[in-house]
Amino acid sequence: MTEEIIIAGFGGQGVLSMGKILAYSGIMQDQEVAWMPSYGPEMRGGTANVTVILSDERISSPVLTRYDTAIILNQQSMDKFEEAVKPGGTLIYDPNGITRPPTRPDVNIYKIEGTRLAAEAGNPKIFNMIVLGGFLKVKPIVLLDNVEKGLAKSLPARHHHLIPMNIEAIRTGMKHVERD
Amino acid sequence: MAEIKLMKGNEVIAEAAIRCGCDGYFGYPITPQSEVMETLMAREPWKETGMVVLQAESEIAAINMVYGAAACGKRAMTSSSSPGISLKQEGLTYLAGAELPCLVVDVVRGGPGLGTIQPAQSDYFQATRGGGHGDYHLLVLAPASVQEMNDFVSLGFDLAFKYRNPVMILADGVIGQMMEKVQLADYSPRWTDDDIERISGKWALTGKKGRDRHVATSLELDSYKQEIFNHKLQAKYRLMQENDARHEELHCEDAEYIFVAYGSSARICQKSIQLCREQGIKAGLFRPVTLYPFPRVPLRALSRRVKGFMAVEMSAGQMVEDVRLTVDANVPVEHFGRYGGVIPTPDEIVEALKKQIISAS
Amino acid sequence: MTVETIDIIREENLVYRKTPALTDNVMHYCPGCSHGVVHKLVAEVIEETGIREQTIGVSPVGCSVLAYNYLDIDWAEAAHGRAPAVATGISRLHPEKYVFTYQGDGDLASIGTAEVMHACNRGENIVIIFVNNAIYGMTGGQMAPTTLVGQVTSTTPYGRDVKLNGFPMKITELLAQLDGTGFVTRQAVHTPLAIRKAKNAIRKAFENTKKDKGTSFIEIVGTCSSGWKMTPVDANRWMVENMFPKYPLGDIKDI
Repeated sequence: MTEEIIIAGFGGQGVLSMGKILAYSGIMQDQEVAWMPSYGPEMRGGTANVTVILSDERISSPVLTRYDTAIILNQQSMDKFEEAVKPGGTLIYDPNGITRPPTRPDVNIYKIEGTRLAAEAGNPKIFNMIVLGGFLKVKPIVLLDNVEKGLAKSLPARHHHLIPMNIEAIRTGMKHVERD
Repeated sequence: MAEIKLMKGNEVIAEAAIRCGCDGYFGYPITPQSEVMETLMAREPWKETGMVVLQAESEIAAINMVYGAAACGKRAMTSSSSPGISLKQEGLTYLAGAELPCLVVDVVRGGPGLGTIQPAQSDYFQATRGGGHGDYHLLVLAPASVQEMNDFVSLGFDLAFKYRNPVMILADGVIGQMMEKVQLADYSPRWTDDDIERISGKWALTGKKGRDRHVATSLELDSYKQEIFNHKLQAKYRLMQENDARHEELHCEDAEYIFVAYGSSARICQKSIQLCREQGIKAGLFRPVTLYPFPRVPLRALSRRVKGFMAVEMSAGQMVEDVRLTVDANVPVEHFGRYGGVIPTPDEIVEALKKQIISAS
Repeated sequence: MTVETIDIIREENLVYRKTPALTDNVMHYCPGCSHGVVHKLVAEVIEETGIREQTIGVSPVGCSVLAYNYLDIDWAEAAHGRAPAVATGISRLHPEKYVFTYQGDGDLASIGTAEVMHACNRGENIVIIFVNNAIYGMTGGQMAPTTLVGQVTSTTPYGRDVKLNGFPMKITELLAQLDGTGFVTRQAVHTPLAIRKAKNAIRKAFENTKKDKGTSFIEIVGTCSSGWKMTPVDANRWMVENMFPKYPLGDIKDI
């Protein structure tokens, strides 16, 4: 199994940390992982994206042009990455702020209203975990148990009390993700 | 029990330095490698192992602090990125000339000049040809994974002391900024005064006591003596070629076409090989792990049974010169590069192979 | 030598001997140069305070590049201007040792300004000996930052012109402004009295290292009779009349 994922959105949406938690979850189930961010000035308030690869084998290129899954969180990223999903692959997006929804007939498209659900819960910080939950429902490549262990590894001990809230957000995402 | 972590290449450099018993790090901030010093400062290793970490006023000062520490037989290091490494060239040639061991990490970005902060491999010449003035070389290690960023710190110090020569880890923004699973080494203690006496007692500045004075210098005003010293350096570089040229081969057994690539380009080429083989093209990868000494012997051996080589690097064509100097003249050697901070994609590498070598032959 | 003269060269009659911390190598310095005296003073202080086995020197690029041939201690030879950075590396990893740099005015006050400023600003626990003779001696008498206004050198053949070259730099006063320096003084070695004072200052500087009092900085105003194109005697006179008014002797800071 090799899953090549791009997560793309605005800086501040938790794109990089979502990728990191996913990567750590992969480690918890003995997989090889790579996490390759875009870096530089565009991080400051502009677009942010990260490639995450989980595999049972040694990982080749951390730099990719085609992905098994694209998790898209703003219009610029949709414009950039819709075409980059492999035929038969998966595209998950948050419709908030999307003016031109995806149209590819050869990929599986899912919608997760992460922004709305986070706002309704009164906690915008759980947005990325809701989206992660949506992804894990569609592509259960890591077990929820391992996500919990991954969270414990990637968060400093002083934030460990937040883990149950994050897991709850993932469950919310799992519940609300829907086929477009 | 070895510790498994998810870390950035740059962070791992810091962690590996602490764990391998490094005595001192001297640095100056520059993107994309500032996490090295930031990680060290956050870890406060002086409380744990006694390792000294100091933010210098410039890259020039940092490499000269390394010179001072190295002259004492201590395991000292610095890290920077391309423009900063240019500033360190003066210190590096003095270190090579005084035969002092140290470790320098270069997380390369695109140039020339201030250039870009995005990844590049355009400092191959600077790293492998010496970089500063005089007939000297650094021993250059090219990691292709975060794990190798970890492993090459300790290996780099070992080789530096084995040859009394500066060692460079030549990484790039991809390897520095990427996070991967890494197995951290167990802690090794820093060298004691007795260790330094045993390992470097013939030259280290430890205070003149019961012996002739030790002088760390690269100055020799007598040209004939300086020539003899240069002979000694050249003999050392020949030994490096004989004993410590390292490489890795992937899918070369049945390969007709070989990508030659190091560092992150080698990783990207692994994907290209998959794509090639899906299309029925038998491609393999020859990855130099040491860029100096360049692994000439195994590459020359390969050249007797393949149809062509394609050097892939994030430069306008630097390592390809070493490939051409190495392989049999009747085998085509082509170059494919993206540069200025642009990373080549696996697909365009495949296309380049088809167009420049397969169709051309 | 007459028989009587040989007869009096006996151990019990000796009133002076070369300190063992100096090697027997013949110094390459020109007649009248101040470096020889300053070397001797540093060597004597190191010997007399019993710190020879714990002392590491850092020599510069310039006339004193070969200082390591004359003081019988461990040495590092630094790149031009970088001695304070090299000394920082040594001192940080050998905090118990006595580390000093020995630098001229081209090395310290021109190409090495950043290194000396920041070493002093960090308060590195080192001694910096700065010999200022207002000229580049080694390379053949070019203008230094400390060259006086109107002074003729090979690159100011009509005299230093402030419009073209700026002003003589009083770097010692600058460094005294930094919180990291504990002892900053300016001395000379042109008379027996001056030599005694300079030696006391050097001794105090090394004692400061033991007390961890930050950076001790000693400027020694010296002569370069070759570069100045004067006899040693005239050079001393010229120094007193022209250098001292610009670079007055005495302690600038002592805390």
